[in-house]
Amino acid sequence: MSVFEGLRFRKVYSPIHNLDPRIKFVYVISIFVVAIIFVQIIPLLFLFLLQVPFVLLAKVQRQWLRSLRGASFLAGLIFVINVATTYFTSGYTLTALNVENAASLTLRFVVLVESFSVFFLTTSPDHLGLALEESRVPYEFAFAFTTAVRFVPVLAEEAQTIMDAQKARGLELEKGGLLKRIRNYVPVLIPLIVSAIRRSLELAEAMESRAWGATKKRTNLYALKLHLGDYALLVITVGILSGAVYTHFFVHIPTITQLI
Amino acid sequence: MIEAENVHFSYPNKVEALKGVSITITDGEFVAIMGQNGAGKSTFVKHFNGLLKPSSGIVCADGVETTKTSVATLARNVGFVFQNPDHQLFSETVEDEIAFALKNFGFEAEVIEKRVTWALNLLSLTQYRKTSPFLLSGGERKRVALASVLAWDPKTLILDEPTIGQDHEQKEKLRQFIMQMQTQGKTVVIVTHDVEFVAESNPRVVLMKEGKIVADGIGKDILTDPALLELSSIVLPQIAQVFMKLSPLGLPKNIIDIYEAKEIILKVQERKNLE
Repeated sequence: MSVFEGLRFRKVYSPIHNLDPRIKFVYVISIFVVAIIFVQIIPLLFLFLLQVPFVLLAKVQRQWLRSLRGASFLAGLIFVINVATTYFTSGYTLTALNVENAASLTLRFVVLVESFSVFFLTTSPDHLGLALEESRVPYEFAFAFTTAVRFVPVLAEEAQTIMDAQKARGLELEKGGLLKRIRNYVPVLIPLIVSAIRRSLELAEAMESRAWGATKKRTNLYALKLHLGDYALLVITVGILSGAVYTHFFVHIPTITQLI
Repeated sequence: MIEAENVHFSYPNKVEALKGVSITITDGEFVAIMGQNGAGKSTFVKHFNGLLKPSSGIVCADGVETTKTSVATLARNVGFVFQNPDHQLFSETVEDEIAFALKNFGFEAEVIEKRVTWALNLLSLTQYRKTSPFLLSGGERKRVALASVLAWDPKTLILDEPTIGQDHEQKEKLRQFIMQMQTQGKTVVIVTHDVEFVAESNPRVVLMKEGKIVADGIGKDILTDPALLELSSIVLPQIAQVFMKLSPLGLPKNIIDIYEAKEIILKVQERKNLE
């Protein structure tokens, strides 16, 4: 469940939480693009460290570390596979450069995970829905999206209750070989899916009885407005993007192996 | 036999749900744990079969410390029926649902067959044997969940909110069934808000508030103490309310049983007739 924890929004007030979600999203996408542009480890390391002040400002370091820990298994896998493939394809030799390349690919994945985690940790589902609506996404889709995000922690809690209920009936989840273990989860997954479907049907009825979709054009109680901080982030984003493009085309980036 | 000694428990989000709870429930006892929402009732009973382990303190089920063994092992003696049946139903037929736990405990095929038939019959579910549990009504699903636990005949039975969604007839059946279990020397613990159900069954009542036990005794004493009940957001049973209002006439206050109430009223009537 630790991966979910990294995506779970908690209501805190900080300069980062108050930023406009649209600008924050543009920022995350820019980090994403820059991480894809570079394969060298030094700029990726720079990108990784760039998130740290955001995390500290938003005071979400505990949850952020937890989501990184959740991603560590996949990151390890990426590293091992990259090292192994270069080792086997280059005639059973391994240079320091090969290891460094594998490390930078791993770091690229970590940067993607951490920037999305910062975004979700500091943006409330309501804000996100509002941002989608104002970006001309039809309200039905925006609503479906925010509801899905909101239900993730609810489902995680429900999964725990179901596991308890089945354990109380003598189910041992951790028993047996791999195949048996996967089959052990059937008594957990079926009630979880059934109750999610039932819950969504109930939600639909409750919403329709509150006149959902009665008018074509909805108004919002809160409107998103750009503030000084949002413009500042926008400037930072443009700076990062142009700096990255310039570096990519005109600056030779040394590898750590070369530096040593 | 359930023994808990000075049990403290905190959830991972640091909420302290139990603040030093001690209780001894002997074999054959019928205990109702009551209290307002968030008092720690469900958290407490989840310690009895090891689903939750105390942060400090000791919980023993039949002399076995719950931290030293698995839930599956403890469950063989301590059956737990969850509040919401939809959290456990998953099989294609009611029959398979009831057989699930029996298979987990390694019963033999013939025994399973016999136990399933017995449990279906006990909760008047025989006609639904081959039906999917998902097609049943809420009350019926709840009975399937109960049957699926009763089938392995645990020594202790814990029921979390068993009366919710049940009509009067089913509640009455449940009550008789609990009485029957008691005569077989089995222990029954229920967590409930249903004060009328408790008044009619007259079990030992344990009142919880904010992670602590605030009262523990016979129903007749606790359910007729307005100050105590108000503390736990519980309303007096209707009969107790009537006798509370009649107390200026010299009638006793601590009455929760219909038959006892009837006897007292008849006696008053007789006395009037004599005058």
